[in-house]
Amino acid sequence: MQNPYLPYPVRIDDITVEAEDKSLKTFKFVFLNDGDEDKFAYKAGQFAELSIPGKGEIPIGIASSPVESGFVSFTVNRAGVVTTHLHNMKVGDIMGLRGPLGNWYPWEHLEGKNVLIVGGGFAFTTLRSSIVYMLDPANRPKFGNIDVVYGARSPGMLLYKDELVTWEKRDDINMHITVDATDDPDWKYNVGFVPPITEQKAPQGGDDTYAIVCGPPIMIKFTQPVLEKLGYAHDHIIMSLENRMKCGFGMCGRCGIGKELVCKDGPVFTLDQINKTPREY
Amino acid sequence: MAGKAASPSVNSFKAVKVNAMTLVTIDKKSWAAGLTTAADAYGLFGPVKEKDYHQFKALEKGEMPDLNMVNTRLSPKSLLFPQSEEMLEYSLDESREDHHIMKEVARDDSPRAIIGIRPCDAKATLLVKLNFDTPDVKDPYWLNAYEATTFIGMACDTPLSTCFCTTAGCGPYHEEGLDMLVMDQGEAYLAKILTEKGKAFADAAGWKAPSEDAAAFDAGKKAAEGRIVSSVKTDNLADTDLLELHAAPFWDDVAFACLNCGTCTFSCPTCWCFDIQDEVHGKAGVRMKNWDSCMFPIFTVHTTGHNPRDTKTQRVRQRFMHKLKYFVDKYDAGIMCVGCGRCVRQCPVNIDIRRVCELMNSFKPEDTCAVQG
Repeated sequence: MQNPYLPYPVRIDDITVEAEDKSLKTFKFVFLNDGDEDKFAYKAGQFAELSIPGKGEIPIGIASSPVESGFVSFTVNRAGVVTTHLHNMKVGDIMGLRGPLGNWYPWEHLEGKNVLIVGGGFAFTTLRSSIVYMLDPANRPKFGNIDVVYGARSPGMLLYKDELVTWEKRDDINMHITVDATDDPDWKYNVGFVPPITEQKAPQGGDDTYAIVCGPPIMIKFTQPVLEKLGYAHDHIIMSLENRMKCGFGMCGRCGIGKELVCKDGPVFTLDQINKTPREY
Repeated sequence: MAGKAASPSVNSFKAVKVNAMTLVTIDKKSWAAGLTTAADAYGLFGPVKEKDYHQFKALEKGEMPDLNMVNTRLSPKSLLFPQSEEMLEYSLDESREDHHIMKEVARDDSPRAIIGIRPCDAKATLLVKLNFDTPDVKDPYWLNAYEATTFIGMACDTPLSTCFCTTAGCGPYHEEGLDMLVMDQGEAYLAKILTEKGKAFADAAGWKAPSEDAAAFDAGKKAAEGRIVSSVKTDNLADTDLLELHAAPFWDDVAFACLNCGTCTFSCPTCWCFDIQDEVHGKAGVRMKNWDSCMFPIFTVHTTGHNPRDTKTQRVRQRFMHKLKYFVDKYDAGIMCVGCGRCVRQCPVNIDIRRVCELMNSFKPEDTCAVQG
C-alpha cells in the first residue's frame, strides 16, 4: 500500500527572487530518487505539499508545467512558519515533496475552446503552468484564442518577467499586463486594477469561451460581475480555491466547503459548482 | 499519487461472511481460559475500569476485559486511530547520509482483537473506514490497524437513556462491523461467529461447543431494542436542500451555549478529523497525526488570519451539518452517527444531537425567508 503521507525526497536546485520586496521566491526542486519524477506526473492546476522535516508542510500550486521536465518548481510567498523557513533555505538543501494533489483545470474539456486567463498577484503560478502548457507546440493547435489579463501592484511585483516579455511578443497569445500604479515613465503596458482592464481587453464570453480566474479575494469579487457582463456563464468561469489544509488528499477534514473538500474535490471548481456550496473558504 | 486498488462500494459494509451462521456456547470459565489462550496469537484489547470510568486498553496476559459496563467514556476508535500517532521519522543531523529524508516509522500490525466492543462502536468503525479507505487514496496507518483487528462485540442488554442506536442505523445487537457477536446468558456466553476472522479467533480461543439456540439471540435482540427509549428521525435530511439547511434560522440558538471545548468530537466514535504536526527532539524528528476538532478556531484559520469558520455558530453548524447532511449526501450510507449518546452525556452545556437532528429533519425551508450564504 502506497503511503500518501510520505514525501518524495527532493533537493533545492535553484532559487529565484521574483518580487522587488523579496516576499516571493521560486524554488526549483529535483528528485533525489530515480523514478520519482515519473510518479509525480501532474497536470496544470494541481498543487503539492512542500514538506520540510521539523517544520511541517504547506500546500502550494505547481508553477512548473507538465511540458517541462527534469524539475518541479513552486513560487512561494513568505507568510507563515513553513514558508518563512523555506525562504531561508539554500540551494542544495534536502526536503520533501508530496503530490501531485487535487484536480486540475479541465484541459480535455477546454480543447477547441478560447481561453481567457485572469490572474492577480502571486496567484499567477498555476496560470503560468497553464500558459506554458497551452503554448507548447504540441498543444497550441488544440486551443482557440488565448487571452491573458495579469496584474500586480507594481512592475516589480510581476512574476516571471522574462516569460511575460516573450509571450508579449508572440502573436498566438494576447497578453494584457497591468499594474495598479507605477511611476516608471517607460512602463509601456496597462495601468489599472485587473477588473477594469478585463472589462476593456477581454473577449466576449460565449459557449466556446472559458475564463480561468485566480487571484486574491478582492480581485475575484470585482472580476466576477465584469465577466458576467461580458457574457461568461457561471459554468464557463473556472476558479481555484484555497483553504487551510493538512493531508491534501481528503481525509483530515478541515478544508470542507460543505460536502466538497477543496483539496480533493478541488481546488478547481466552476463558479456554478461553488454557488452550490456554503462557500466556507 | 494513490494506488488505484479496487475498493469496496460505500454501501458494502459486510466483511467475508461464513457460509452458515455458527453459534457457539462458551461457559464463563472457558471464556477466561479461551482469552488467555488466544492472547498467544493476538494482542487483546478490552474495557478496563480506571478510576471512575471504563477505557479500552491493551490487556495484560491473563487480564480480563470488564464487561460489566454500559460503554466506555471514550470510544475505541483510538485503537485504530490513536489520539497521537507517529507516522514518519527523520534526522536533521547533517553528518548523516540520510539527513532530512523522511521514512515510515516501524509499526506493529500483528493480529489483535478488541474484546467487548459495543455494536454501536463497531458500526462507527465502518463509517470511519469510508474516510480512510477510499478508491483513490488509502491511509495505511488506519487501514493496516483495521485489517489486523478482529472485532469481538458484546451485545448491549442495558442501554442508557441517551442511547438512540436503533434509529441511527444501528442497534444493541447490530452485527455490521463485527466478526463475532457475544451475548451474556448469565452462566455462559452465546457467541455468533459472523466472519472468517471471527472463526479464526474462536478457533484460537478453543471455543467450539456448538449451539442451536438462535432463538436466544432473537429474543435478546428484541428485548434489548425494547429498552432503547430515545430516537431520532432522519427521513427528511437527504431531501432537504443543503444550502437552505445551512442558512436555517436555528443555528445561533443551537450554538448559543457551546464552549467549543471539543468534548463531542473527541468522544465521538465517528469523528475522524486530524492534524499533522512535526516534533523534534535534538536532531531527531517525527511527523505525527493528532486528533483535531472542527470546534477549534485554528482548525480552519488561514495564514493571513482569515478564517472561513470564524464564529462559534459556524463551527457548531459544521459539526452537525457534516454528520447529518454532508455525510448523508456524500455517501448515501445514512447519518454519520451511531446513536452511542456519548456527546449527549458529556457535553458540559447539554447540547443534544437528538434535538439538533429533530430541528434539521423537521426544517421546512419555505417557512423562512432564509437568505443563502
